[in-house]
Amino acid sequence: MRRLYADLHLCPNLNDPKHVSALISKASELGYRLIAIPLPPHCADQEIKRIQELCSEAKMDFVSRVDLKPRTPNELLSNLRRIRRKFEIVSVLCDSKNVSRQAAKDRRVDLLNFPLTDFHNRFFDMAEAELASNSVAVLEIDMKPLLTLEGPMRIRLLSALRKEAGIAEGFHLPIVLSSGASNEMLLRKPIEVAALSLLFDLSKGSALGAVSKNPITMVKRNREKLSPRFVAPGIRVVRRGKDC
Amino acid sequence: MLKRIKRRYLALAVDSAGVFDSREFMDAVWGAVGKLYGEYGASKSRLTMIDYDAEQGFAVIRVSLVAVDMVRAALASMTRIGNKPVAVHVASVSGTIKALYDKTKR
Repeated sequence: MRRLYADLHLCPNLNDPKHVSALISKASELGYRLIAIPLPPHCADQEIKRIQELCSEAKMDFVSRVDLKPRTPNELLSNLRRIRRKFEIVSVLCDSKNVSRQAAKDRRVDLLNFPLTDFHNRFFDMAEAELASNSVAVLEIDMKPLLTLEGPMRIRLLSALRKEAGIAEGFHLPIVLSSGASNEMLLRKPIEVAALSLLFDLSKGSALGAVSKNPITMVKRNREKLSPRFVAPGIRVVRRGKDC
Repeated sequence: MLKRIKRRYLALAVDSAGVFDSREFMDAVWGAVGKLYGEYGASKSRLTMIDYDAEQGFAVIRVSLVAVDMVRAALASMTRIGNKPVAVHVASVSGTIKALYDKTKR
């Protein structure tokens, strides 16, 4: 069976419909079949529908995603309470230790994202990985900085990613590789993204899983949870009626 | 007996608004491989240009089999040639030139 590839972090300028459309078409051309675009928390349903239509024209599946940047664990909890059921994927940018720990242990958080160029504020360590592996969170790695940085900054980034990917694999924490692309020139084919991840010592199998199996499993699980038939993990409403 | 070195041919799609000559393009590829893997790593790739069509944005290069992933990563890391933004995608990989052209239908 052919692999389906996903890019969960496309970052077009949402105010420019042409730009959104161009990025979606390019992703489709490069072989992606599922994409996610971060939307503002108070995004109108019409906006989501418009992007969904663009994606279906390009024969792709669209996943709604929100990126949270809370400053405190309490802010994270209140944001999650408000928006969890509105979006299919919730990502948290962890730029403080308290927020990272709270995000890792909260089962409503899907993706843990760390600031890629601020090396002092990357709190993905063994404790974080252990907490995340007990919940359902996944470590997200954006490829954009790998393409845009040069010299010592890229060396430091590769070194940090190598350490974090090793920790994640040690704790069986899934990794998702995303593009983080804001223009078409920064988009790469899934197999090229996997090849880039070999730079931080991810095995070929894990790298391919990180652009196909891991994101798709996560989206399936979340869609099931958000469906009105869902009761609890493994339990769903099969039929409703007076004779049940 | 000397072991035969296995090679692979890569068909590349060069996505850019600019047009580059083959030398500019190949220098950029060597530069990308050298930046990521150093001179020692680049020397292992046995990179050679086979065909280049600047107008169509199409190129064929030959690399050592063991360096295919290395070259793929280096090509993916290319974002500029000169001052022009560029993205290089591997369209196809094959063991012979004939099969490669059959695959890419040129």
